[in-house]
Amino acid sequence: MRHEVLFSGFGGQGIILSAVILGRAAALYDNKHAVQTQVYGPEARGGASMSAVVIDDEPILYPKVKSPDIYVIMSQQGFEKYGAAAPPSAMMLLDSELVLERPACRYREIAATNEAKDALGRVIVANIVMLGAVVTATGIVSREAIEQAVLDSVPKGTEDLNMAALRRGFELGEEESN
Amino acid sequence: MSTETYEKWYRQDRLPHIYCTGCGNGTVMNCTIKAVDAMGWEIDDTIFISGIGCSSRAPGYITTDSLHTTHGRALAFATGVKMANPDLHVVVFTGDGDLSAIGGNHFIHACRRNIDMTVICMNNMIYGMTGGQGSPCTPVGKISTTTPYGATEPVFDLAELAVAAGANYAARWTSYHVAELIKAIGAGLETPGLSFIEAMVQCPTAYGRRNKLRQVGEQVEYMRSHAMLLAKKARLEEQGKEIPEDMFTVGEFVRRYRPAMGVPK
Amino acid sequence: MTKLEFMQGNVACCEGALAAGCNFFGGYPITPSTEIAERMALKMPKTGGVFIQMEDEIASIGAVIGASWTGARAMTATSGPGFSLMMENLGYAVMTETPCVVVNIQRGGPSTGQPTMSAQGDMLQCRFGSHGDISTIALVPSTVQEMFDLTVKAFNLADRFRVPTFLMSDETIGHMREKISIPDSVEIIPRKEPKPGMLTYEAEEDMIPGFPTFGKGYRAHVTGLTHNERGYPDATNPELHEALVRRLVDKIESRRHEIADYDAVNPDAETVFITYGPSTRTVRQVLHDHPDEIIGHLNLRIVWPFPEDTLKLFTNAKTFIVPELNLGQMAREIQRHVTGQQVISMGRLGGTIHSPDELYAKVQEVA
Repeated sequence: MRHEVLFSGFGGQGIILSAVILGRAAALYDNKHAVQTQVYGPEARGGASMSAVVIDDEPILYPKVKSPDIYVIMSQQGFEKYGAAAPPSAMMLLDSELVLERPACRYREIAATNEAKDALGRVIVANIVMLGAVVTATGIVSREAIEQAVLDSVPKGTEDLNMAALRRGFELGEEESN
Repeated sequence: MSTETYEKWYRQDRLPHIYCTGCGNGTVMNCTIKAVDAMGWEIDDTIFISGIGCSSRAPGYITTDSLHTTHGRALAFATGVKMANPDLHVVVFTGDGDLSAIGGNHFIHACRRNIDMTVICMNNMIYGMTGGQGSPCTPVGKISTTTPYGATEPVFDLAELAVAAGANYAARWTSYHVAELIKAIGAGLETPGLSFIEAMVQCPTAYGRRNKLRQVGEQVEYMRSHAMLLAKKARLEEQGKEIPEDMFTVGEFVRRYRPAMGVPK
Repeated sequence: MTKLEFMQGNVACCEGALAAGCNFFGGYPITPSTEIAERMALKMPKTGGVFIQMEDEIASIGAVIGASWTGARAMTATSGPGFSLMMENLGYAVMTETPCVVVNIQRGGPSTGQPTMSAQGDMLQCRFGSHGDISTIALVPSTVQEMFDLTVKAFNLADRFRVPTFLMSDETIGHMREKISIPDSVEIIPRKEPKPGMLTYEAEEDMIPGFPTFGKGYRAHVTGLTHNERGYPDATNPELHEALVRRLVDKIESRRHEIADYDAVNPDAETVFITYGPSTRTVRQVLHDHPDEIIGHLNLRIVWPFPEDTLKLFTNAKTFIVPELNLGQMAREIQRHVTGQQVISMGRLGGTIHSPDELYAKVQEVA
């Protein structure tokens, strides 16, 4: 079954890394197929960053997203550009602090940035909190797979912080689904 | 130079060469071969590289492996050769147009990187091969086919440029100063890093003919009488004396041992 | 043994180059190819190779050609504007028969165009961009795996045919990440050495002279001027020039069917897509989504020299549809090889790739 996950936020939030980690988890640790793509402009920070992951049990032919079934939105600008037109069948996880509007489709509010800042003390791991929530809220990849992929992808010395962020995200994703 | 040395380093099957009667390039080639031979370098460990122009035909007459490249780009090719195999000795022949106009950027970057090679520029102050157009080294007031009313642009001082850009060795002599030229090339070959030797040469066909230096001897005499030793220039400057505008400096501009790239281990 | 990785296309290209024994990289940063230079800068010192960032793309390809003459497997990577700058020296590599690999991660042009978007606008430039009559080899990957595999292949082809060989990828494949399997080792076809007694540029039966590596005592003279078999300039001899340039072209063109690398699906189809690069994947999606319809697909992994015999595999073909990220550059080539069949160019500009719906709609329109 083909799943298309679209991530958007502002540059510097780690939007592209989130997509890479998710794709890695699916491709290397869940033994599925994954393609990660991105849209980027000249700005290294700010702007509306977008990255997408297609995950499938079969080899992926068309590599771009056609109609995402999962949206992960971490900024108001990202919502306006990529999230506002989400179809009713889609599922959206949004950063409740940074996204001001709410979509017509099903959505979960995840206080990823707040959690990263307040509970974990490092706003930089907001994307990892969000990734954890995506995994438990949607089941798109296994917990074990995303844990491995996060460990592969983060700088040495930050593993504990990132795993704490990921696990906090798991909890937030589960809580919301209750 | 002994006949034996000539026979060893020159491709006998390539003669006669294309240079005009009275051309200064042959003198520079001979000085170079003499210096290279004196270094004890082997033919099969030495690579001559050039761009496009009269000067750049020189490697084609030398027995070693040689790369006659595109206009202005000899130093880029030479960088690849030397960096890929630092055990090879690399000598580049170029001209004033090849090196300082179309190849100017490669020149300053090769000097900046200080790649271990020797670059010998035959500066005839003109584009000889295409029939005598002005170059960045055509002196102000001189006639060429593209400066029919006299050149108006300031000239590049190539040796000073090499110093400013970071070369470990830079010298300028002329085809009149044969002994000094051989010595300078030898010093360049010995010095790790980029060595730049500018050799002013006569071009009776394309330059002299249009600039009242029709006879080869006249242009060689002009170079002799208008070359001023760096030390003399410094002395005159110190004394506050005026230096005539048509004089150019000769001598060793720099010899230093900054870190260099492509030096054999 | 192979190793699974989730890897970016540009990085896979570097891994392929390293596996193939690439030991010299000269380059200049340019979007969207920059990851290749960055990766080579990281890897080369660890594998005993040389990475050098040159002052521009003219110098980059110059250094690559110079390095190749010392026997190095040499590569550069660039995109449109840099590719344009390389044209003169690429002609030099053709004339001097210097093996080298040039990766072009294509972006939208002309001029600065769309640095971060995908295009295939340089397909004719890589074939005809340098002055004079030339023939070269161009490979086009459509997956990250092929970024690896075709880079390896490009080195082998460059060395075998003594010709600059292009990996004509694009931003989509260069920047996408997907799963690839990296083998422990790859097949390496070494350069042919000159046979004793043969002249520097004396071609053997295969029209290719052995390669006289610098520093090995061959005493080769290498020039971009028209040269004789000894390598010496002889630029005013009409017969010599014609024989030389014809050989340089024929050594590639006469073997285009041997060089060809393609997939032909549904050879009975009346409507046939011809693709290379990202649109290959879109067409595969169309075929996957419409399994009951017989839609032909010719995917070319090598576009130059153009293997026109592959068109004849589709014996019932009435229409060839050519979706590409330019205004019909390869469609023009295909057009000149067909008689009786319709060639529909689906040129696309703007930086995004064709969608499956768009291509399927064209199939229905044709039928």
